[in-house]
Amino acid sequence: MNIKLKIWRQKNAKAKGKFVNYSLDNVSPEMSFLEMLDALNNKLIIEGDEPVAFEHDCREGICGCCSLYINGTPHGPGEKTTTCELHMRSFKDGQTIVVEPWRSKAFPVMKDLIVDRNAFDKIIAAGGFISIDAGSSQDSNAVLVRKEKADEAFISASCIGCGACVAACKNASAMLFVSAKVSQFALLPQGKVEAVERVQAMVAKMDELGFGNCTNTYACEAVCPKGISVTNIARMNREFLYAKIS
Amino acid sequence: MNKMLRYSSLTKKYVMALAGFFLMIFLLIHLGINLFIIPFTENHQDIFRDGVHFMTTNPLIKAMEIFLFGGFLIHILIGIILQIRNWMARPIRYAKANNSQGSFFSKYMIYTGAVILIFLIIHLGNFYFVKLGLTEAPEGMTRVADDHDFYSMAINLFSNKIYSGIYIVLFILLGFHLNHAFQSAFQSLGLSHSKYTPFIKAVGDFYSIVVPLGFILIPLYFIIYY
Ligand code: HEM
Ligand code: SF4
Ligand code: FES
Repeated sequence: MNIKLKIWRQKNAKAKGKFVNYSLDNVSPEMSFLEMLDALNNKLIIEGDEPVAFEHDCREGICGCCSLYINGTPHGPGEKTTTCELHMRSFKDGQTIVVEPWRSKAFPVMKDLIVDRNAFDKIIAAGGFISIDAGSSQDSNAVLVRKEKADEAFISASCIGCGACVAACKNASAMLFVSAKVSQFALLPQGKVEAVERVQAMVAKMDELGFGNCTNTYACEAVCPKGISVTNIARMNREFLYAKIS
Repeated sequence: MNKMLRYSSLTKKYVMALAGFFLMIFLLIHLGINLFIIPFTENHQDIFRDGVHFMTTNPLIKAMEIFLFGGFLIHILIGIILQIRNWMARPIRYAKANNSQGSFFSKYMIYTGAVILIFLIIHLGNFYFVKLGLTEAPEGMTRVADDHDFYSMAINLFSNKIYSGIYIVLFILLGFHLNHAFQSAFQSLGLSHSKYTPFIKAVGDFYSIVVPLGFILIPLYFIIYY
């Protein structure tokens, strides 16, 4: 198939970027979206042009690197997929595909389609960990956890920090990410010990870094490749309220 | 003001939601009285006048008035602060507008809110400021026992087709605001539950249709019968 591409090109963080049009032939429907970009880059290198910079690592939906905003949706069409899991069969022959970087004040563009997602690491560093001494390994049934809670904590922990929630949100809010990271600890006994300090520190960092405020639009949940639910946001609202009045 | 800016985004949302709840209860009471403008009982005029009299003279209600104004003010102020921060959070827009799903009306809260605010000012000019004596009562308004007669005043306003039309459009937009707002306020306060949230959403849909419709019935009655 033939694909027309309209890709955001930007030399570095300071440069003013612009869209550049490309046309690519011999695209196989079996290719992943990233393989298609690899093919484009091979072509550009042969022609002596600068290849398009985009971030990728695992290419199997677990690292959260492949942050591309494709035709108005983070990670492109398809439910619960990352860009690396997206295939060209999702597009029509001859279709024009617009590819943009995540747009958010807290995620500045570094080059072409690569954004700096360091803000997420800063939020984690503010409190997304356990610092109490949990001791050496105990009997597996010494600390009892309800199955439902363990499952919920596991699902929250499956957030890969891709930032699609921020990219999709009309307010560029990081609430889904932060609430998943607060929840994965708040649901378990070891995490409860520091829950009050954690939620306040992480929310304060989130506000400080310039993410927007949640207005419960739920666009985040719709695009999250891991199906993180907005019930996490409600849980964080509860946790924070409790922390403030306790 | 400066202090308000420094509160965490979540705290702002709690206050916003609580003020919103208060406003939604107020709206319900207001509707309860307004409906008696329509003559579906013989003594509807008396009930309406009694209702207005009670709401304007009862000391408890007078005290609540302060909360009501405070509620509006805080809701509007925080709404604007949050919205400005949200615009600032994405300085460069997407070329291809976001086509993701999610709550439809939530995208237009600041605009539906702004329209409500404009109407609110007009409304206060028409009724509340007259009561306070800040503005002149319009022509045709009679005084009953030294009280401004809001009944004849309402009749006066609604007999104007343009006013009635604007009123109807406004309340449709208020319905849009409320449709998202109702369940959003619960979520903001962390009140989410696998069993009860679908019920809350259904009540929100019901409220956001029935309350504006109730208000709309009044101008509709005048358009049809006058
Ligand atoms: C009778 C009048 C009104 C009622 C009953 C009402 C009710 C509500 C409620 C319950 C919410 C949800 C709060 C939350 O999600 O935490 C809301 C949101 C909002 N309201 Fe109002 N509102 C009214 C008037 C206004 C006015 C006059 C404005 C003026 C600008 C406004 C602006 C907003 C905005 C921007 C939001 C979205 C903010 C957010 O979700 O964070 N509202 N409203
Ligand atoms: S919540 Fe979902 S969309 Fe947001 S960072 Fe985590 S995995 Fe990505
Ligand atoms: S490259 Fe790792 S999730 Fe896509």
